[in-house]
Amino acid sequence: MIAVVDYGASNVPSVLRGLRAVRADAMVTADPETVRRAPRVVVPGVGNFAPAMRRLAAAGLADAVREVAQSGRPVLGICLGLQLFLESSDEAPGVPGLGLLAGRVRRFATDLPVPHVGWAKVTLTARGRAHAALRGAFPGGDAFFYHVHSYHPDGVEPAADLADAEYGAPFATIVGRDAVLGVQFHPEKSQAAGLALLEGFAGWTP
Amino acid sequence: MLARRLIPCLDVTGGRVVKGVRFQELRDAGDPAEQAARYDAEGADELVLLDISASHEERGTTLDMVSHVADTLFIPFTVGGGIRSVADARVVLRAGADKVAVNTAAVRDPSLVTRLADEFGRQCVVAAVDAKDREGGRENPKGLPGGRGEGWEVMVRGGREPTGLAAVEWAARLESLGAGEILLTSMDADGTQNGYDLALTGAVARAVHIPVIASGGAGRLEHLAAALDAGAHGVLAATLFHYRGTTLREARAYLAGRGFPVRP
Repeated sequence: MIAVVDYGASNVPSVLRGLRAVRADAMVTADPETVRRAPRVVVPGVGNFAPAMRRLAAAGLADAVREVAQSGRPVLGICLGLQLFLESSDEAPGVPGLGLLAGRVRRFATDLPVPHVGWAKVTLTARGRAHAALRGAFPGGDAFFYHVHSYHPDGVEPAADLADAEYGAPFATIVGRDAVLGVQFHPEKSQAAGLALLEGFAGWTP
Repeated sequence: MLARRLIPCLDVTGGRVVKGVRFQELRDAGDPAEQAARYDAEGADELVLLDISASHEERGTTLDMVSHVADTLFIPFTVGGGIRSVADARVVLRAGADKVAVNTAAVRDPSLVTRLADEFGRQCVVAAVDAKDREGGRENPKGLPGGRGEGWEVMVRGGREPTGLAAVEWAARLESLGAGEILLTSMDADGTQNGYDLALTGAVARAVHIPVIASGGAGRLEHLAAALDAGAHGVLAATLFHYRGTTLREARAYLAGRGFPVRP
């Protein structure tokens, strides 16, 4: 059973639909006890860092997600969900993230239009190529995923940078270490590649 | 580098997909959910559903249909037609849309675009512009170069009502109001299969810094390439994919062969 954490993030139904499309056993829950006991957890997210972090903490879900990750059970963050896994964000100075991964969230510094919206080519790093959860989604080493974001992971450990995309400059768009995995894009909106990634996560033993 | 987008469009009325010529002479083109599933399977980059009766019959978007279609899709999904308020948009987004398209309501109350962007983010707000040529035919291209766009007038209520607004200037205004992209339809080219209005597409693409989706007139693969060359970030087509037996796979392969960045 995959617990999809519902803390008011608006795209929870799409994420659930994506997981079910790959025959993963998934449910949406806002209950910290259910999350704490779940063998596998997905933290989706659309919106702003500070209110999301506040809601997650107030509901007891922040601690629950942290416990799951620390116990070595797989945790997947999607878009804002991934950003919450990092230590801090430009979007919310002074608001700490979950700190599951080293690094911070930065706003795009580019003359290109922000938010970055569309199908961006994502290329695995050497680490990413060795990652068991990612293999199915990247038959050729790169794949296109649907991105919608103004902020991106920055300063992650080289070992945690699993795949990069480029928008003005390269940025890490899949990050992870141990049982923690985060994607800046929306696998639930990235068709075959995205579904393959969700399937990879659903069957992943870190 | 972002991939250029291939976007099939479902014009829907009375629960069916329809397609006409210049917004008239509508023909049936199937069941919305079936068509959506087919386009998703063929590798569409996103899907647009426009409830074309919503605006003039003054009724809300058909939410059941939106949610049925959303159930079949794993790509971004834009819904337009009859969205007049933030509350209308919220209901459509909850039903499974990722973006909302506004046209008539934005002309009546431009602040709606800003309120939608504030509430849901710019990426969620598609400003649809239906433009009609006022200079007597596309054989006489206008707006090139550096044209000011007096040649095209914005039409609302499904093309029934002129607004007096110049399309190119209106598109720029929509960007400053908070639109995340412009869905630009040439009413003159719509359904004709004679190609997009490239002068219009180019003039609007030069006037804004947000993506422009060209719409209206695609009848051959060359037309898609021509619109992208004119500055469009994505190409929307209905007739071409509904009736012409052209698959999205063929379109993608053709554009890749022409050197455009597209998904494999």
